[in-house]
Amino acid sequence: MTEKTPLLEVRNLWVKLPDEEDAIIRGLNLTIYPGEVHALMGPNGSGKSTLAKVLSGHPGYEVTDGEVLFRGENILELEPDDRARMGLFLAFQYPMEVPGVTIANFLRLAYQRRFDTEVKYTEFYKILLQHLKKLEMDPSFAGRPVNEGFSGGEKKRFEIVQLSLLEPVLSVLDETDSGLDIDALKIVSNGVNAMRSPERSFLVITHYQRILNYITPDYVHVMVEGRIVRSGGPELALQLEEKGYDWVRGELAGATAP
Amino acid sequence: MAQPDILNLDQDYTQKYGFHDDIQPVFQTERGLTRRVVEAISHQKNEPKWMREFRLQAYEIFMRKPMPAWGPDLSRLDFDEIVYYIKPTDRQGRSWDEVPDDIKRTFDRLGIPEWERKFLAGVGAQYDSEVVYHNLAKQWEEKGVIFVDTDTAVREYPDLVQEYFGTVIPPTDNKFAALNSAVWSGGSFVYVPKGVKVELPLQAYFRVNTAELGQFERTIIIVDEGAEMHYIEGCTAPTYSTDSFHSGVIEIVVKKGARSRYTTIQNWSHNMYNLVTQRAVVHGDAYHEWLDGNLGSKLTMKYPSSYLIEPGARSEIMSIAFASTGQHQDTGGKLILAAPHTSGTIVSKSISKGQGRASYRGLVKVYEGAKHARVNVECDALLINPESRTDTYPYIEIEEDTAHVGHEATVSKLNDEQIFYLQSRGLKEDEAAALIVRGFIEPIAKELPLEYAVELNRLIELEMEGSVG
Repeated sequence: MTEKTPLLEVRNLWVKLPDEEDAIIRGLNLTIYPGEVHALMGPNGSGKSTLAKVLSGHPGYEVTDGEVLFRGENILELEPDDRARMGLFLAFQYPMEVPGVTIANFLRLAYQRRFDTEVKYTEFYKILLQHLKKLEMDPSFAGRPVNEGFSGGEKKRFEIVQLSLLEPVLSVLDETDSGLDIDALKIVSNGVNAMRSPERSFLVITHYQRILNYITPDYVHVMVEGRIVRSGGPELALQLEEKGYDWVRGELAGATAP
Repeated sequence: MAQPDILNLDQDYTQKYGFHDDIQPVFQTERGLTRRVVEAISHQKNEPKWMREFRLQAYEIFMRKPMPAWGPDLSRLDFDEIVYYIKPTDRQGRSWDEVPDDIKRTFDRLGIPEWERKFLAGVGAQYDSEVVYHNLAKQWEEKGVIFVDTDTAVREYPDLVQEYFGTVIPPTDNKFAALNSAVWSGGSFVYVPKGVKVELPLQAYFRVNTAELGQFERTIIIVDEGAEMHYIEGCTAPTYSTDSFHSGVIEIVVKKGARSRYTTIQNWSHNMYNLVTQRAVVHGDAYHEWLDGNLGSKLTMKYPSSYLIEPGARSEIMSIAFASTGQHQDTGGKLILAAPHTSGTIVSKSISKGQGRASYRGLVKVYEGAKHARVNVECDALLINPESRTDTYPYIEIEEDTAHVGHEATVSKLNDEQIFYLQSRGLKEDEAAALIVRGFIEPIAKELPLEYAVELNRLIELEMEGSVG
C-alpha cells in the first residue's frame, strides 16, 4: 500500500464564495489512493457539494489556500474540461438540462475529448447503447435532449451512464442516492460497482448510510463546517445512522472548545 | 422635370462608359445612383422597353421616398458611394487571394471541396457551373418547371415575368424595394406549373455567386395551383462581397392549394448592410414557409412576410439571427391575415454575442372579416455575454374579434451551470457554448436539409470560438 502514490490529495483546502467573507471549506485534508472507495458524509451545509464542485473546477468558487493534487498534479488552475480529460468525473447532484442537444451528440463529443479520438456517429451509437443498457435505460434516450423531461431517477441513472462511458479514474458522486427509489438505487449501485477496479477510485458524497449498503466504502469521513472531523471504516457510517450528526457535532464542540 | 431624350442618352453612354462594345469584358457603373446609371444597366442587359421603363419609374420613386423613420440606424449608408452594377465578367479578374481573410477561413473550415472553392474564386467558372445547373434543370424542365436567373427569364419568358414582376412587392413598397427595382440584377426566377411537385429542393447554391454579382438580386417564385417546391439559397457559400450594400427583393406567389418553402442561410461579410424585402402572397388552402438564417452582415433588416389573402391560407415564418460585436440583426417576420380561417406562426430565435445586438421586429395584422384567424408568435433570445443586447418590437393589429393571437417571448442568458456541466465531461468551454447554442436553434435547424443543418452548426461553432471565458 505504501508504495502507491495517492490518486487525489487535498491539502489544507480553504474555499469561499467570491463575494462572501466566511469560508465554506476550512482547511480540509483528504487523501485517496487508487482503488479506494471513500464515503463523505455530513449534514446539510457542511460543504460536501462545494468540495465536489471545487474538485471539478466550478468557476463560482474561490480557493484561498491549499492544494489539490490529482495524479500528482496540482489541478486548481486547470479548466474543468482539462480535469475531465485527466479522468476526473463528477456525478452531479442536480444534472443540468440542455435543451435541443441529444445525448448521443453530447456524449460523442465528450467521448472524443476524454479518449482523444475520433469516433464515427454510427460506431459511437453502438457504444452508447451498451452503457445505456447497463443502467437499464431505454435505447431511445440516445436521441433525447440531455436531461430534458427526465424524472429525478432517470437523471441520476444517466449520470452513471456517463461515468460508465467515460471511464474516469476518480469519480465523485454528489448525492447520487438522493431522490432514488430502492430499485433505482440498486441499478445505480450496480453500475458503480461494475466500474470498481484496483486503479479506479470513488468519492461517494451522501447524507445517508443507505447507499453504502450497496457500494461498500473502504473509508468513511464525516464533514462538518467545512472540514473532515472524523474518519473511520464502514462502521462509522452505521454509527452516524444510529446516533445522528449531533453526535459528531457534540464531540467536535468538546474537542475544539478553547 | 423634362423627360430625358433616350436616343441621345444612348450615344452619350457609349462614349462615357464604353459599354456598347460587346467585346469589352468589364463594365461597371460610376459610383452613385443617377438616371443614367439606371439607363446604363438596362442598356447593358439589352432589356425590353417595359423593363427599362419599370426601372426608371422605380428610380423616380426611390429618389422621392424618405429613408425609413423606424428601426436601426441607416445614417451611415451613403447611396453616393455605392457602385450599383458590375458586369459579371468582372469576376474573372478575381482570385482566391482577393476573398477577404475571414471568409476564406470559413471556407477552409467548412471543408468546401476544392472544386467548389475554385468555382468561387474562379470566376469564369460561372459558365462551367451553368452546365451543372442545366443538368439538374433538365428533369424539372420536362415537367415544365422553369428555374433560371432572372435576367435570362426576362429574355426567355417575357410574358410570364411581366405578369408577376413587381406585383408582390411594387417599387412603391419601400425605399429599398424601389432601389432594387431600379438597379436589380441576377436573382432566381422559378415557375412550377399546376400540380407539379418538385420533390428535391431547388438549390441556388451554384448560382449564389452569380446572384451575388448584383447586390440587388431580384427573385421571383411562382408556385402554381396544387404545385409544390422548396427553394434554397446560400448556406455553404457565404455570399461575400467587396461592396458594402446588399438589397434584394424576393417575390413569391403561392397559388391555390400549393405548398412552398423558401430557405436561406446567409453569412455575409461583416461590413455589409443587408436590407432585404421578401414577401409571399398565399392563396386559398395554400401553405408557405420561410426559413431564414442570418449570420453575417453589419446590419440586417429582413422581415419575411406572408400575406394570407384567401380562406385556408397558412404560413410559417422561422428565423435565426446571430449577432456578434459590430453587428445588428434586426429581423423577424410579418403575417398579414386577410381572409377567414387563415393561420400562421412566427418562430424567431436570436443569439447575441459580445456587443452584438439582435432585435425581433414583427407585425401581425388580422383584418376585419378574417374570421377565426389564428396566429402564434414565439421569439426567443439568447445572450452569450453580459454586454450582449436584444430587443423585441412586436406589433400586433387585430381588427377581428374571432381571431386567436398568441405571443410569447423569452430572453435567456448563456447558463454558466450548463457550461460547467458540459465542461466537466471534457468539452472545451467554447465547444460547450456552441453546443448550447446549437440546442437553442435546434427547433428551427431540424427543419433544414441535413447538409445545411450541418453547415449551419459549423458556422455557429466558428462564431462561438473564443466567445466565452
